Amino acid sequence: MNELAQSLHPRLSVASRFPAHPVAGLAGTSLKHTHLPSILADDPQRAFFEVHAENYMGAGGPPHDALTRIRRDYPVSLHGVCMSIGGPQPLDQTHLARFKALVDRYEPALVSEHLAWSTHEMTYFNDLLPLPYTPATLARVAEHIDKVQNTIGRPFLLENPSTYVLFEQSTISETEFLRELVRRTGCGLLLDVNNVFVSATNQGHSALDYLADFPLEHVGEIHLAGHAEQTDDEGDLLLIDSHDGPVADAVWKLYDIVIGRAGPIPTLVEWDSDIPDWPILKAEATAAQLMLDRHAHGLMPGIAHAVR
Amino acid sequence: MSTKTTVSTAILAGAVLTALSSFAAYAAPMTEGEMSAAMDAGKEKCYGVSLAGLNDCAAGPGTTCQGTSTIDFQGNAWSLVPSGTCATIAVPGDRMGSLEPLTRDLPA
Amino acid sequence: MRSVDPEVGRIDHHPGYAVDFVAGLLNPERAVPSIVAGPDGKAAARRYAVYRNNVTVSLIDALAATFPATMRITGVDFFRAMARDHVRATPPNSPLMFEYGYDFAGFIEQYEHARLMPWLADVARLERAWLDAYHAADAKPLMGASLALIPPDQLTDAILAPHPATRVVRSRYSVVAIFAANRGDAPISQIDASAPEDALVTRPGLEVMVRRLPPGGADFVLHLSAGEPLGAAAAAVLAEYPTFDLSANIAGMIDAGVFNEICVGG
Repeated sequence: MNELAQSLHPRLSVASRFPAHPVAGLAGTSLKHTHLPSILADDPQRAFFEVHAENYMGAGGPPHDALTRIRRDYPVSLHGVCMSIGGPQPLDQTHLARFKALVDRYEPALVSEHLAWSTHEMTYFNDLLPLPYTPATLARVAEHIDKVQNTIGRPFLLENPSTYVLFEQSTISETEFLRELVRRTGCGLLLDVNNVFVSATNQGHSALDYLADFPLEHVGEIHLAGHAEQTDDEGDLLLIDSHDGPVADAVWKLYDIVIGRAGPIPTLVEWDSDIPDWPILKAEATAAQLMLDRHAHGLMPGIAHAVR
Repeated sequence: MSTKTTVSTAILAGAVLTALSSFAAYAAPMTEGEMSAAMDAGKEKCYGVSLAGLNDCAAGPGTTCQGTSTIDFQGNAWSLVPSGTCATIAVPGDRMGSLEPLTRDLPA
Repeated sequence: MRSVDPEVGRIDHHPGYAVDFVAGLLNPERAVPSIVAGPDGKAAARRYAVYRNNVTVSLIDALAATFPATMRITGVDFFRAMARDHVRATPPNSPLMFEYGYDFAGFIEQYEHARLMPWLADVARLERAWLDAYHAADAKPLMGASLALIPPDQLTDAILAPHPATRVVRSRYSVVAIFAANRGDAPISQIDASAPEDALVTRPGLEVMVRRLPPGGADFVLHLSAGEPLGAAAAAVLAEYPTFDLSANIAGMIDAGVFNEICVGG
């Protein structure tokens, strides 16, 4: 950055010059501040960390200090949870500006958001709410994705949701919906394998069929997480995407199939409730890393190259 | 600048001088016990000072992108009886146990 | 989600899915929206309840994370019941969860079941101020050395700009003692809540600090923070608190990092 730019952006010049740590082929974890002392006490590992963008939208204080320390040593994935890309109302310009500021400030290796919505009129519901899949919602979501990508100046990854209900209006399958969004907007996809398993169980279809339909060639990141079991009105299994325990065996198996087909895509283990001590979470990421490395070595160099 | 009552330059300069020369604790510091409790609330342990780490840091709420397995959306009238440390906090002369509305005692 | 089903493959004429979907989220009495269903004709009551539950529990959790001392005082069950009522009455307007809860103290003040804890709302105010300070912009606090550079004859007109993290919480009750005893999990002894206390919240570095202000201290900080010159602020406080120790309060404010900078010759 030249001197003029530095004088115009004194904060930026201090905060944004981070090493370009590559994220290809790595396993990572959600960044939890309770783990920060353990993480910082270690020498930097082969890993990346994902943060929820909104938790770093305050003006200053310990959150930014923590993220700055982490970003110096690791690739960071910026994961938005409340842009309401899947909602019918226009995106919140203020929120979009805050999101862009974080992308500029921390230069994340990965940027993602959800196919869901959380805000209606002025009320924020703090949950990832579902949408019907129709030509009208497809057009609206594509507009929202364009808006986000134009604002942040780069493509981002859109995550498939966990769902508990279906909309009677839906006329398009979720995989078709996602595929068409990629085609229209050039965005990538964040494939949450636990969400695939949760939704497939809840909607009574096959997770393998869903994955067979999923445009894996556009996946830039994978999520893994634990889920909880409840029952629906008929007494059948209803899975909750609770992120409060280890990744289920069935999800590990699906994951193995996915990276066997698509290559060693950066993979995040999410654990957001009943957060364990760092060694337990780290062990989950290590398990993912071993699988990634196995598939990286099994791949032809040309194919490995095609994966970010 | 202001026509309102002010303090003379001499008094103010003297006060500043005294202040700068003695960085004594504030006039009514917390007791040691209070201070350590407040520190547990997330101060000294945040970075470096204690190896206990950030576990005691009250960092406030974060966002969620997950559902919850705790079912807790129905009201429970039975739980509207406080059961925490409130019994250790009293206003002498006492109004604890009274059923009169006490909200009017609060500052505006 | 199922692939396209020709039976229900009609064009969407219903952009109001959000209106229908949110209607019952904060109201468990409302019927499940007719636009949602389970697969293969299954019912949607328990399925929709997952969203109701996620919304309610996550917002209660957000209040619990912001107000831990308040929760320790009331106990978890009472707190969650009170928070549930607040969430239903005043859901957040911002997607930033650390900005939620500004109306909680006022809600507690009016909350029928909290009448016997008249100091509780002020504890919540202090906890809300603590979180403000935690997320406030980073700024260097005014150092004593900067104050020492001001020529004595310019001190009366000097203006002190507050640090972005500085907050004052005034109470008729012993809010600092109650906060300090309940913010951690150390065992506590009997607290006399009857002594009025003013709390000063600052964050000169990365750590939020809470102090008890001496009598007049809150007025002094508030007068100065409102932009009154040092001389006028001191005079106003001395008029009300004749024993106000000006030098000790100036020292305390510098030590706590109340201010960001000082301006003279305005």
